[in-house]
Amino acid sequence: MALDQIVDGLSEVSCDVLVIGGGTAGPMAALKAKLRNPKANVVLLEKANVKRSGAISMGMDGLNNAVIPGYATPEQYTKEITIANDGIVDQKAVYKYAQNCYKIIEELDSFGIRFLKNENGDYAVKKVHHIGTYVLPMPNGETVKKALYRQLRRARILISNRYMATRLLKSADGRIAGAISVNTRTAEMLVIKAKAVILCMGAAGRLGLPTSGYMFGTYENAANSGDGYAMAYHAGAALANLECFQINPLIKDYNGPACAYVAGPFGAYTANNEGSRFIECDYWSGQMMLEFYNELLSGKGPVFLQLKHLHPDTISEIESTLHKVERPTRGLFQQRRGVDYRSESIEMHISEIGFCSGHSASGVFVDDNARTTVPGLYAAGDMASVPHNYMLGAFTNGSVAGIDAMEFADSHDFAEFDASEVAMERERVMAPTTREDGIPPNQIEYKTRRLVNDYLQPPKVTRKYELGMRRLAEVRQDMQDRMIARNAHELLRALEVQSIMDCADMAAHASLYREESRWGLYHWRTDFPEKDNENWFCHTLLSKRDGRMSSEKRAVEPYVVPIADDEKDLYDKQRIRASA
Amino acid sequence: MPLASYETSVPVVVDDAKCIADKGCTVCVDVCPLDVLRISDMTGKAYIAYDECWYCMPCEADCPTGAVTVNIPYLLR
Repeated sequence: MALDQIVDGLSEVSCDVLVIGGGTAGPMAALKAKLRNPKANVVLLEKANVKRSGAISMGMDGLNNAVIPGYATPEQYTKEITIANDGIVDQKAVYKYAQNCYKIIEELDSFGIRFLKNENGDYAVKKVHHIGTYVLPMPNGETVKKALYRQLRRARILISNRYMATRLLKSADGRIAGAISVNTRTAEMLVIKAKAVILCMGAAGRLGLPTSGYMFGTYENAANSGDGYAMAYHAGAALANLECFQINPLIKDYNGPACAYVAGPFGAYTANNEGSRFIECDYWSGQMMLEFYNELLSGKGPVFLQLKHLHPDTISEIESTLHKVERPTRGLFQQRRGVDYRSESIEMHISEIGFCSGHSASGVFVDDNARTTVPGLYAAGDMASVPHNYMLGAFTNGSVAGIDAMEFADSHDFAEFDASEVAMERERVMAPTTREDGIPPNQIEYKTRRLVNDYLQPPKVTRKYELGMRRLAEVRQDMQDRMIARNAHELLRALEVQSIMDCADMAAHASLYREESRWGLYHWRTDFPEKDNENWFCHTLLSKRDGRMSSEKRAVEPYVVPIADDEKDLYDKQRIRASA
Repeated sequence: MPLASYETSVPVVVDDAKCIADKGCTVCVDVCPLDVLRISDMTGKAYIAYDECWYCMPCEADCPTGAVTVNIPYLLR
């Protein structure tokens, strides 16, 4: 039978722990769950193929947040992340990460993933952040996925590729019971009963539209359409600080960074059109992004990555990392443009908006055991709320989730779910295939994301948001009543656009709820331009209540690592002051 | 509303002379994160069926015969 032809089918399987998403956090969670109880069944469900899925599809050029003894301490890292996030951090999870991540680096090293070492055999850690030293280059970072895959095979994890999870199942008393999924090439449905479920479904990267207009030219892997956020929301889990968007500095028109983390430690820096530095520190914080944005719009714009002042050998070294690992088409892009780093600076711009705790702080709310607010449901990686956690955070917190989820599965039996939920979900999923005539998913998606750019992208203006929400509601109606899918592949895109729409609604709702400005550009409300610590020094939690989107405040947990008053605003002073 | 299709130049190019999909190879189709590659019923060779490419390169890197080339999509070149 030809691929993509729709097949009518529904089957059911069961496992002890179900991990959804086989990118970065997912494989580690599955591995750790299985090692915790080798007799248990662990299923790793993946929309694409675990071999090459997720944010690190082609590898990663370095660790951005390695807390390595001798270079940094867990206390120092926790302090840095707290300050970079304007204080809105539950430190317990960050501190736990900082304590555990060195062990994970050593484990990755034992998997065959190599990190840069100096002549004494010590890790060669570089400084990019404001306070501490945490950046560890990975010159052979292209081997990450292959090394992980070997471990999964060795541990006999059951891998199901090309299945997209669409909704979670719960029991009447609110415990997790499993998930519903659909095959992306046949549209056959599969119900997976599970005692515990771990969501590792990546960022919401297809929310804004890239300035190139190419829908799949997103910063995040374009497969990361925010399905995890939508599923968690519909399951009643709380989502934290979604108004803290992800916006990153990128090469103009290209979807990769220039990249300050790779080039910065060698002496490259971000400069304006006069060749002058304008930011103190290239670490990706909201405050830094606001200065970047202001400079772009100023008479001194646009913004460039400057490295032509460096020695040709140094430039070659930077080039070999930038053009080989993580986003290898970067070299091809520059070559076509005729940009030689030796003679020309690299024009930069800002990315489309998205949700991603990897670089910001929004996500499905989790505690320091990666538990969400739904019993038996876990989340890790870019979609969970632990801030600035990058690839190493996905591995470390994925490990935490895997161990805790298996302990939960060992002490609970399967929860019962209502069979009518499966029937209802099947009807929702298949609806676009039942129509003869209508609007294809790519047009629904383009319009949704164009509205996100027009109305939701910062600076955030209340009236614009209200108008944007009204327009999005009209497109949602079209999506529900008129969207068509003529084969299984188009159905995959039709399901993804429903996640994108849910994320757009959540981004709007969360942004309107927080009536202040915080996190620099990420939540810059021009009609509430000041930071208001008196009323808004808190998390915001968004959840589905009685079928409707609702937001509430949640107090920041008492700090584990105290922050002195004169340290609190270190990240607010990003702009270089003109010397007298 | 009636539907029409419009032409688009796609970023992935497959060299049919090198592609061994007709011998049963499906590596590029298997690894693509966006699932945009297919094997042609007519030629038995791999091709990009959907213009939804993240130009990430696993198809090119993992192809056993070096038949696949990933270009930058025209819109962002």
